[in-house]
Amino acid sequence: MHESTTIKQNNNLKSQLEEKVGVIPSHCYQCGKCTAGCPLNEDMDIKPSQVLRMLQAEQPGYEDKLLSSLSIWLCLACDTCYSRCPQEVKLSQVMDFLRQESVRQNKVNPKAKDILCFHKAFLETIEKNGKLNEVWLTLNYKLKTLNLIQDIQKAPSMFLKGKLNPIPNRVQNVREIEQIFKRISDNEGGEK
Amino acid sequence: MARIGVFICHCGENISATVDVARVAEEASKMPGVAYAMDYKYMCSDPGQTKIIEAIKEYKLTGIVVGACSPRMHEATFRKAAEKGGINPFLCEIANLREHISWVHPRSEATTKKAIDIVRTIVNKVRQDTPLFPIKVPVTKTALVIGGGIAGIQAALDIANAGHQVIMVEKSPSIGGHMSQLSETFPTLDCSQCILTPRMVEVAQHPNITLHTFAEVESVSGFVGNFDVKVRLKARSVDLSICTGCGACWQKCPSKKIPDEFNAGLSFRTAIYSPFPQAVPNKPVIDRAICTWFQKQKCGHCKKVCPVGAINYDTEDEFIDLKIGAIVTATGFDIKHTDFFPEYGYGEFKDVIDGLQFERLASASGPTNGEIRRPSDGQIPEKIVFLACSGSRDKAKGIEYCSKICCMYTAKHAMLYKHKHHQGNAYIFYMDIRSSGKNYDEFVRRAVEEDDVRYIRGRVSRIYEKNGKLIVKGVDTLMNSEPVEIEADMVVLATAVVANPDAESVAQKMHISYDKHHFFAEAHPKLKPVETNTAGIMLAGACQSAKDIPDAVSQASAAASKIIGLFSTDVMTREPVVAVVNRSMPPMFTTCTGCLLCMEVCPYHAIEREEIKDRTGNVLKIAAKVNAGLCQGCGTCVAFCRNKSIDLQGYTNLQMLSEVMALLNKPF
Amino acid sequence: MKVGFYPGCSLEGSSKEYSQSLYAVAEKCGVTLEEIKDWSCCGASAAHSLNHDLSIALPARNLALAEKQEMTEIVIPCAACYSRLASSQKTLLEDQSVLKKTQGFIDIKFDGNVRLLTVFEFLQKYIFPVSDQFIVNKLNQKTACYYGCLLARPKELTKLDRPENPMEMESVLEKAGATSIEWAFKTECCGAGFSMSRTDLVAKLSGRILEDAAERGAESIIVACPMCQSNLDLRRPEIKKQLKKDINIPVLFITQALGLSMGIPAKELGLDKHFVPTGKAVSCIVKKEA
Repeated sequence: MHESTTIKQNNNLKSQLEEKVGVIPSHCYQCGKCTAGCPLNEDMDIKPSQVLRMLQAEQPGYEDKLLSSLSIWLCLACDTCYSRCPQEVKLSQVMDFLRQESVRQNKVNPKAKDILCFHKAFLETIEKNGKLNEVWLTLNYKLKTLNLIQDIQKAPSMFLKGKLNPIPNRVQNVREIEQIFKRISDNEGGEK
Repeated sequence: MARIGVFICHCGENISATVDVARVAEEASKMPGVAYAMDYKYMCSDPGQTKIIEAIKEYKLTGIVVGACSPRMHEATFRKAAEKGGINPFLCEIANLREHISWVHPRSEATTKKAIDIVRTIVNKVRQDTPLFPIKVPVTKTALVIGGGIAGIQAALDIANAGHQVIMVEKSPSIGGHMSQLSETFPTLDCSQCILTPRMVEVAQHPNITLHTFAEVESVSGFVGNFDVKVRLKARSVDLSICTGCGACWQKCPSKKIPDEFNAGLSFRTAIYSPFPQAVPNKPVIDRAICTWFQKQKCGHCKKVCPVGAINYDTEDEFIDLKIGAIVTATGFDIKHTDFFPEYGYGEFKDVIDGLQFERLASASGPTNGEIRRPSDGQIPEKIVFLACSGSRDKAKGIEYCSKICCMYTAKHAMLYKHKHHQGNAYIFYMDIRSSGKNYDEFVRRAVEEDDVRYIRGRVSRIYEKNGKLIVKGVDTLMNSEPVEIEADMVVLATAVVANPDAESVAQKMHISYDKHHFFAEAHPKLKPVETNTAGIMLAGACQSAKDIPDAVSQASAAASKIIGLFSTDVMTREPVVAVVNRSMPPMFTTCTGCLLCMEVCPYHAIEREEIKDRTGNVLKIAAKVNAGLCQGCGTCVAFCRNKSIDLQGYTNLQMLSEVMALLNKPF
Repeated sequence: MKVGFYPGCSLEGSSKEYSQSLYAVAEKCGVTLEEIKDWSCCGASAAHSLNHDLSIALPARNLALAEKQEMTEIVIPCAACYSRLASSQKTLLEDQSVLKKTQGFIDIKFDGNVRLLTVFEFLQKYIFPVSDQFIVNKLNQKTACYYGCLLARPKELTKLDRPENPMEMESVLEKAGATSIEWAFKTECCGAGFSMSRTDLVAKLSGRILEDAAERGAESIIVACPMCQSNLDLRRPEIKKQLKKDINIPVLFITQALGLSMGIPAKELGLDKHFVPTGKAVSCIVKKEA
């Protein structure tokens, strides 16, 4: 690979994406195949191919729009886009990156609140138990989102079918898991 | 005793502004072997050259050094002047004072000193130079054209009309190539066969052209002007001299379920068949791989019904040896088929077809007599979706290039459909429109503005079947990337143009280069588009890269002109900068030990194994021998030879050593 | 025959029947599944969405544990867990700097020597060589084999023959005496992890899948991913509301289908744990002729 002749302007999303994630937005030639195949293309506010275009264009205001969009939270990471992209652009990795930036810059779209709460509740459950416990997760999620009555009618049948363990199945060395979380968090602090 | 003349050119101010040319000339006059030195403003001009010629005569010079611009510019000029002055042109050498000195250094003492050093180096070389004489190679004035498509046909006709013999070899039973499969051609919408078949007949009837169909090139050896080509004439099982083309045999043949290659698999043919009604020659062949007689020793109907007894099951492949002067490779192209696309059905949806299949549907002589009908149920489609760029410009699928012709033929397909079925709906999913030829963009606009073809900019993600329809999931990137879903009756994929599956083996037989996509390599992408790196072998048509008919025809005529030029003399002259294996008196004969390592490494296959024999035919020694006609003077063999038995004329080991010694300022 | 086994959180909880039926089939064929001791969550969607380093470290811990416990191969029946573990392994083996960083996060040494098996590979390698003698029933129904996303993509990890129209599950169902239909939503997404946070989208996406299968005459849907099973099964009421249609096709795990053909009782395979009753699928079964 010959040396890149692009001038690194600043630490904008595009250059961060290239350096940290290894995805090069200029590879995308805007054919739209990703949008055409995305299962949630009707629901996304910024379509997948447009996300890439906004990264390429580097116009003022685009970064904010991307980080505060609903699309980055709706992405299911189903990889339909990547599997058909003629230029092999890993769009799902771009979405992950934008999600993490969105949280870091505190620009999460209000409509994505429930989705973010679910992910957070999930990770908190893992940190405490090492494994997922559906009861814990559900309670944590409901407390965060205040969706208290959602799915409440399913609970009894789930319990009867043996699918709900109120007593969590903890990992024995759960300390190891806590340590992993802590070390990563400390490392991020150092990187900043 | 050397008497060398040194002529230092000012090159206007190009050299003299940076180098003290007068001083260089003065220092040159003191160098051993130099009899005369001068400097002048423009050595390459007429007066400049006259000065050289006069100096040679006046000072009885035995060699000259011209300190000037790069030899690529004027070496030929000064060598002609030397010849006019009466010395062998290869005793004239150039010292590059411009590109190597004045253009890359600032004016300084060091720069002038470098100029003096370089002149001294070249003077030293000329002291070692010996006269060389151009090599004469005889030329066989017969051309071979491989491939009977439109490019091959054009090249053959051009060469034949110039009065030379042409032999055309075509691997299928008839000439015509892909152009004979087309319905109409863009941008005029001429009937393809109507413009092609007169040319095909002309080839068949031309007194200077010998046509071999159902034949393939088996091997090529030799060199430009003197190729030895072996051709395999595959067994047709039908005697061409007796057969009248009446068709009784293929009407009676019971094997009727063989996918018809000419109709791109949309219909069937028989085992004994002629590919299409306008075939040239219009005489059948037997497909022995499927014919019941050849596979199971049963049937034999065709032989019984033939009214003139032209069928003979006992014929074998025949080999003929040809002496050829130059070759045109016009082997054409192939396209990817629908099974190449997992997201479009792996080729399993009957109504998803490729461009050539659509041509056959549209063609009056096709499987549906020119009516566009669905292969699945024979119904006329109300909605056809065309996908441009199917497989092309797609790094993930391994085809990064653009196939050039698809934008135009997709517009054409949509127009033909609309012309035949006015109430039909045609949609084209595209990425860009590449229509840069003459009247091409106007053609595409006609599709949009007059024939109501709907263009949607975006690629299609996938196609699936539901209730007899094809659901096409695309996108309109010009409308905010809105997803677009169309329920189509038929989908036509403009699939990528690719090299023929046997292109690699053809290239290797011909010893010509090819790229990673197996397209044959031209000698220079800008300035030598029809020659290959192998002297005497030209390229024409899509075997070199995807192209449309006008470009294929132009390239074919260009290739023909190169060959006509080659054939314009009985004898070819070549620069004598070739390798030579030393020879001496018996019993030594040569210091070459016959290890033949040079033969292995020669990139031009220019070295042969020679048997040195006595008068009774006993082999005394094996040695290497350089074929001066093929040798390109690269010097690889010289580098590899273990005991320095092979040397490069004009750049001998001794000459090179003398230059190095001069640079080191050591006596030599 | 012993094979390492990473169940993942779903197989211990809401998709217990997948684990149950896998054990039943394995036991019948003389294969012992050795669960990785003290395994932990792979991180699923939450980790890769919110924390890149975590998404590599959590799977890495489990891979390292498997190595430490001297396992050469592990089967990961959950499609999502497989995807996370395989992806993490690939990244760690390809990028030295990430390996170094991740090794710093987890305590156990990672060498990347464990071979990861999808459920198909496991069946192919360990079950099919011996299963013919155990298959006594024919399922005798039209099945729609549903792969979902993570069994088919990305193709460098999933190793399917034809990622857009795979047939691996179909060949298993053929052994089990079922006829698989040709349909158009084999590898379309079911809605993934949105079961709680965006149930409406799950209903929409899973609804499309269910509808196509039903229209083409499927009598049961076979899956190999706990999330897909849950979305198509647990969320059936929401789907019905979305489609305004009553579709009652049951959703079985591939191991349950295989287990039924081996004559293992429905209860043992966890078929009573489904939300959409599986009775009809079971009643179609006939004895296989000798």
